[in-house]
Amino acid sequence: MDFYDRDVVSIRDLTREEIESILDLSEKMMPYATGEKVNRVLHGKILGNLFFEPSTRTKLSFESAAYRLGCDVIDVSEMSMTSISKGETLADTIRMVDAYCDLIVLRHPYEGAARLAANFSINPVINAGDGAGSHPTQTLLDLFTMRQAKGSLDGLNVVLVGDLKYGRTVHSLAEALTMFGAKLTLVAPDTLQMPDDIVNHIKEKGCRPVKTTSLEEVMDKADVLYVTRIQKERFPDPAEYKKVAGTYRINNSMLREARRDMVIMHPLPRIDEIAPEVDASEHAKYFQQAFNGVPVRMALLCAILGGEL
Amino acid sequence: MDVKTIKEIKLAPIRNGTVIDHIATGQALNVLKILGVNEYMDSTISVGIHVSSRKSAEWKDIVKIEDCELDQKTVDKIALIAPDATISIIRDYYVAEKFTVTLGDRVMGLAKCCNPNCITNKNEPIETEFVVISRRPTKLRCSYCDRALCNISDNLL
Repeated sequence: MDFYDRDVVSIRDLTREEIESILDLSEKMMPYATGEKVNRVLHGKILGNLFFEPSTRTKLSFESAAYRLGCDVIDVSEMSMTSISKGETLADTIRMVDAYCDLIVLRHPYEGAARLAANFSINPVINAGDGAGSHPTQTLLDLFTMRQAKGSLDGLNVVLVGDLKYGRTVHSLAEALTMFGAKLTLVAPDTLQMPDDIVNHIKEKGCRPVKTTSLEEVMDKADVLYVTRIQKERFPDPAEYKKVAGTYRINNSMLREARRDMVIMHPLPRIDEIAPEVDASEHAKYFQQAFNGVPVRMALLCAILGGEL
Repeated sequence: MDVKTIKEIKLAPIRNGTVIDHIATGQALNVLKILGVNEYMDSTISVGIHVSSRKSAEWKDIVKIEDCELDQKTVDKIALIAPDATISIIRDYYVAEKFTVTLGDRVMGLAKCCNPNCITNKNEPIETEFVVISRRPTKLRCSYCDRALCNISDNLL
């Protein structure tokens, strides 16, 4: 698959075959991601890491991925530190940064910001999350983690639980899993269910998702339990947040009903959705999932910037 | 008096101007909004809402605007809310031109995204862009934020 010089803005831009080729390359990146082997294939390249919204894992894993491949990084971590705070448009910021680097990674609070950046930038742009919109590299690392844990992505029973309305990771993930014939169960309070727009889209692709508010009812069916944080910062009304905060909390007693090989994932950060006691169980894959951001992003950087492993 | 004559009395012919016919029932008022009809208009405008169609058994709306020919942008906006509309340019009581509006695959700069958090609503130097995902009924998806456009007539620019 030819990823050279391509933008990665939405998971919808990728076919199943393209996703699989990135996951295969990510697998090859594992020994380099851990530092067991060394490769400087992107030496001389510069990554522009623009994070206009708080992020720990995504930002650091892109930096780590770049450094592991010998690529230099210039970065912005706060909007207040940029000319955007002086009234500069994002379009102008992008055109300026584009001149300083070979690839732009953008995290931005407004939906569609990455598409705008891709339109104004000559160099490729990777969307690292735009508002409640897309976060395609998170989806890729989620798929990578599932494939690593379960051996295959085909036909998995995946239960998505928590904030399915504002949680951008689950929107892209649901769409991507549909490409692999997954059976999806959507567990959320009625006010936080998956938007109709996304549900209709995955139905058009042949998926028939089941919606419920009860996690207990579906726990025994899951191959993968994908838990998300109910995101206080995305609620327009704090009172609405209080009504649903803490609705789902996974602990060891709940897991008695789960299949022995069921895996729990979470895009992190977590607040109280998963009790710390679960961390030691065989089910817990969320820290591995966070690490997997490095090999997956290494694969993307390498493929887009034309590095050969 | 036959039905045809009665119809002509309901909505009189115009000497010069434009007839927008086969508008989906209920959309005539939105067409007037697109035309920018207000109290300062010089043109005479006739509106027929829920009138019978000679072409089919269905009902339709019709708008006649005198001494005015529409620009392409206005025609494109009408196509968004009335995809079956026909436009007739009338000169000296005769139909000088007649065509059906067409909706392309992409809609540029005609509507704003209904997502307030979409980058296209944030004073960036860009034109809005939507992909047509359905034609009957018309459904558009924002090319920037991927959100389906809700209530097209309320979001026309």
